[in-house]
Amino acid sequence: MLEVKNLHVQVDDKEILKGMDITVAPGEVHSIMGPNGSGKSTLAQVLAGKEAYEVTEGEVTFQGKDLLDLEPEERACEGIFLAFQYPVEIPGVANTYLLREALNAKREYRDEKPLKHVEFAKLAREKMKTLGIDEDLLKRSVNAGFSGGEKKRNEIFQMQILEPALAVLDETDSGLDIDALKIVANGVNSMRDSGRSFIVITHYQRLLNYIVPDFVHVMVDGKIVRSGGKELAHELEEKGYAEF
Amino acid sequence: MSVDLEKLAQEEYKYGFVTDVEQEVAPKGLSEDTIRMISSKKNEPEWLLEWRLGAYESWKKMKEPRWAFLRYPEIDFNDISYYAAPKSNPSPKSLDEIDPEIKETYDKLGIPLEEQKMLAGVAVDAVFDSVSVFTTFKEKLAEEGVIFCSISEAVEEYPDLVRKYLGSVVPRGDNFYAALNSAVFTDGSFVYIPKGVRCPMELSTYFRINAENTGQFERTLIIAEEGSYVSYLEGCTAPQRDENQLHAAVVELVAHNDSTIKYSTIQNWYPGDKQGKGGIYNFVTKRGRCVGRGSRISWTQVETGSAITWKYPSCVLEGDNSVGEFYSVALTNRRQQADTGTKMVHVGKNTSSTIISKGISAGEGQNIYRGLVEIGKNAEKARNYTQCDSMLIGDRCGAHTFPYIEVRNSTAHMEHEASTSKIGEDQMFYCRQRGLSAEDAVSLIVNGFCKEVFKELPFEFAVEAEKLLSVSLEGSVG
Ligand SMILES: Nc1ncnc2c1ncn2[C@@H]1O[C@H](COP(=O)(O)OP(=O)(O)OP(=O)(O)O)[C@@H](O)[C@H]1O
Ligand SMILES: [Mg+2]
Repeated sequence: MLEVKNLHVQVDDKEILKGMDITVAPGEVHSIMGPNGSGKSTLAQVLAGKEAYEVTEGEVTFQGKDLLDLEPEERACEGIFLAFQYPVEIPGVANTYLLREALNAKREYRDEKPLKHVEFAKLAREKMKTLGIDEDLLKRSVNAGFSGGEKKRNEIFQMQILEPALAVLDETDSGLDIDALKIVANGVNSMRDSGRSFIVITHYQRLLNYIVPDFVHVMVDGKIVRSGGKELAHELEEKGYAEF
Repeated sequence: MSVDLEKLAQEEYKYGFVTDVEQEVAPKGLSEDTIRMISSKKNEPEWLLEWRLGAYESWKKMKEPRWAFLRYPEIDFNDISYYAAPKSNPSPKSLDEIDPEIKETYDKLGIPLEEQKMLAGVAVDAVFDSVSVFTTFKEKLAEEGVIFCSISEAVEEYPDLVRKYLGSVVPRGDNFYAALNSAVFTDGSFVYIPKGVRCPMELSTYFRINAENTGQFERTLIIAEEGSYVSYLEGCTAPQRDENQLHAAVVELVAHNDSTIKYSTIQNWYPGDKQGKGGIYNFVTKRGRCVGRGSRISWTQVETGSAITWKYPSCVLEGDNSVGEFYSVALTNRRQQADTGTKMVHVGKNTSSTIISKGISAGEGQNIYRGLVEIGKNAEKARNYTQCDSMLIGDRCGAHTFPYIEVRNSTAHMEHEASTSKIGEDQMFYCRQRGLSAEDAVSLIVNGFCKEVFKELPFEFAVEAEKLLSVSLEGSVG
């Protein structure tokens, strides 16, 4: 699914990723943990194609394609989804409107017919219910005035509609109350299957009780310093990052 | 993404074609003779000729205003022709009598003149260079007592109304361009809504400049009697030409007691090419008088065209409890420059005004908001709300705001909000991450930014405006 090899990334002449490696097979869930500022969000943004980050070395292949060659929207259409750590507000643009445009862009990319209004509305209503999202939230402007938790839930809602092959969740759990955490985790688990992979970035072992990862990686200063199974998360919870 | 935004490709202007019709074009130059010629072409009464000549006298003494934040070369007013009209039947009584070339022009512009093909509920006056070539649904409107015709026809058919109101809002010597217009105006629309009538259709005028080296000087006059309502829309396009062309219009609105005039504009004159060659110089005076108590005048404009725009649709709120509104979207791309805004003059008690201005600058476009809110000494409890937002796309464009406020009554309540934002890289990235192309993302974000203004447009035109904005933005990302 995804193979990142010796990835070096810099922004404004400052190196942030310093030889990052990670391989994610179809159906796997990988968790990345690590101290603040270690480069987790940077990795997520680079995978999604943010241009401010300059790749100076290394390669990234996604489903056999050179990912670094693709525009952000092409990556999205190829199946990469990023649930942002800080979802942005877009005043005046209805949440549903953006989402329908997004879904239809993806469908067009695959030579499928665009979904009609009614069909989309039906789909949206289904997903919304399971995530406990208020209908009102769909009509409102994208993320405008949403609470922190609502924003995060909205990201998962978008993920459910867009059905990506690889979803990168950047601290989707932070700012969620316990109930919301379970709802979001269920939203992710319900999508787990042999063809879909997840990279879950988090600071808290708690989330991993609900979304049980196949692998846990520790990222420090721009690279993976240790990898292991889900037990590694418990160990980190106890000992912190001091030993790295 | 910032790199993307700077690569300004050029999208073709869709309405840039030229119609090949035989036209009668007056020789270039402006003199008393030119004015006499125009007046006699139109069989005008003596008083109107005198009125024009008076305007010309004032104009000769005036200086071209240069206070606007606009840069353009000196205009040679003797290098312009002031009259151009198709030679075919000057006043067709039915559609069959219209030159097929002209009919086809309007078809191409998406304004079919056959009533059955029109948008349901919209009547159109089609102005081609200096003359109105056709007005639809006149009979149907007449049943309600609504007069909708060209101003030339109004001068002949309803001279008393025209004489009473012409220049009553924008006096013939008001400013340089208004005086010029008063001297040489050739056509435009006239609307009269009788007492208590809610005009059953949207009225609209479609202005088309076609001839070369000519100016278009149209004059529109709308009168709403007590308790009446009208919604009026104008649209404008012009061929793509290398030289600049002048368009200097005057629009006057009069709203009596408890009447409402909604005036919407979708301005899409040829903006010039990427290097700034060609394009329309658009110098327009638009003003409405809320003479009656409880009357309301609402200006909504979507300005995407023209090389130069100089335009400040205004409201004079004379009647107590009258309301003035100005909703504006101005987009400048390529080398376009717009200096636009409004004046709200509060005279009566409890008058209120709202100004919502959205300026979008892309390419090397310059966008200036200039507004004046004036509260007179008798305007007890006047209220104004002004919101002025600018959005920049790329970093070679500019936005400036000049809000002026003059308050002579201490009971006034004023609110002002302003913002300038660069189109958010984060917003762009968010949309693209979800699968939208860079162009679709810009258009989505900009349309969202303009939402408050678009919702003021009649529904059919709101959709048009969104499309137009998207087209005008094409090429603003690489
Ligand atoms: N656009 C940028 N300009 C300058 N520095 C940046 C930029 N983006 C990231 N950085 C720096 O890169 C480093 C890594 O940031 P990143 O956001 O990837 O960390 P993180 O691991 O996600 O941290 P957190 O756990 O706090 O979310 C930080 O020192 C950050 O300040
Ligand atoms: Mg982060």
